[in-house]
Amino acid sequence: MSVSRGWKPTVRIVLSNKFEKMAKVLIPDAAGSDAPGDAVVIELKQPWLAGILAWAIPGLGHIYQGRTGKGLLFFICILGTFIYGLYLGGGKVVYAAVPWEQQFRWQYFCQLGVGLPATPMLVQRQRMLRDEPLLWNGFMAPPRNGPVDWKDDSGHMSKQPNELAKWTVELHPFFEIGTVYTVIAGLLNVLVICDAVAGPLIIKPQTKKENEAAKSTKPDGSS
Amino acid sequence: MFAVFNLIPFNAVLPPLAAVSLWYAVPLIVSVSLVCAATRHEELGPILNHAVRFGAWIVVFMAVVMAVLWLMGKLV
Repeated sequence: MSVSRGWKPTVRIVLSNKFEKMAKVLIPDAAGSDAPGDAVVIELKQPWLAGILAWAIPGLGHIYQGRTGKGLLFFICILGTFIYGLYLGGGKVVYAAVPWEQQFRWQYFCQLGVGLPATPMLVQRQRMLRDEPLLWNGFMAPPRNGPVDWKDDSGHMSKQPNELAKWTVELHPFFEIGTVYTVIAGLLNVLVICDAVAGPLIIKPQTKKENEAAKSTKPDGSS
Repeated sequence: MFAVFNLIPFNAVLPPLAAVSLWYAVPLIVSVSLVCAATRHEELGPILNHAVRFGAWIVVFMAVVMAVLWLMGKLV
């Protein structure tokens, strides 16, 4: 039996049959003990499938692996953050820019980390590229280029250079806050995907005793 | 544990927080600290423990950055 040592957990892939892959991760228990009897054993069912599921819907990969508590935590936290950011930004902060219409939007790559909930932006982008009518009342559609009229709270009319400028002025500061929320939700899901594929990242500093033992052990394994 | 909230001078702290929309950071801090902690542990106890420490670390870091920016604003 392998036991985690130092900064990273030991991952052992066990091929039980031709079709099923099962990875086992042994991590220290709550008290920090990684002795074989104390260590927590996590069975990572089909790690790569779980990783894809974790990307598609945050937390689904963990639920598939039977790690339901963590799966629900990820589902609520990440989707909650994404949806709240979308709400703050009036549903306009998640979009994939069309190259010749708007400036490059790097946030889109981070937002895509949330998986399927962010994919409508790709559909809308494709439809705009093909000059087809937008779906879902323009939800997650890229902003159109060209001047647009905008009326502020005092009723004063002004002309904005494009739809993105209008959204930024109209929703300020929520356009920025919503963008930050959705970007962070996507980035957090990258951590979750790694957790579904390889198990938790244990940060357990080596003790003085372990350091001395490591120093006295030669590279070929003999002491 | 919750006695610590009595030490916070809410009357002095709340208006500046509202003025700079910092309340919007609270759900984000909770979410980030919980998710990050959960990717480092498997059991609920260590996850919550790590999340509380990580959340506190983020708040202190933000406070330090705010203090530095405020000081720079005063000096310049």
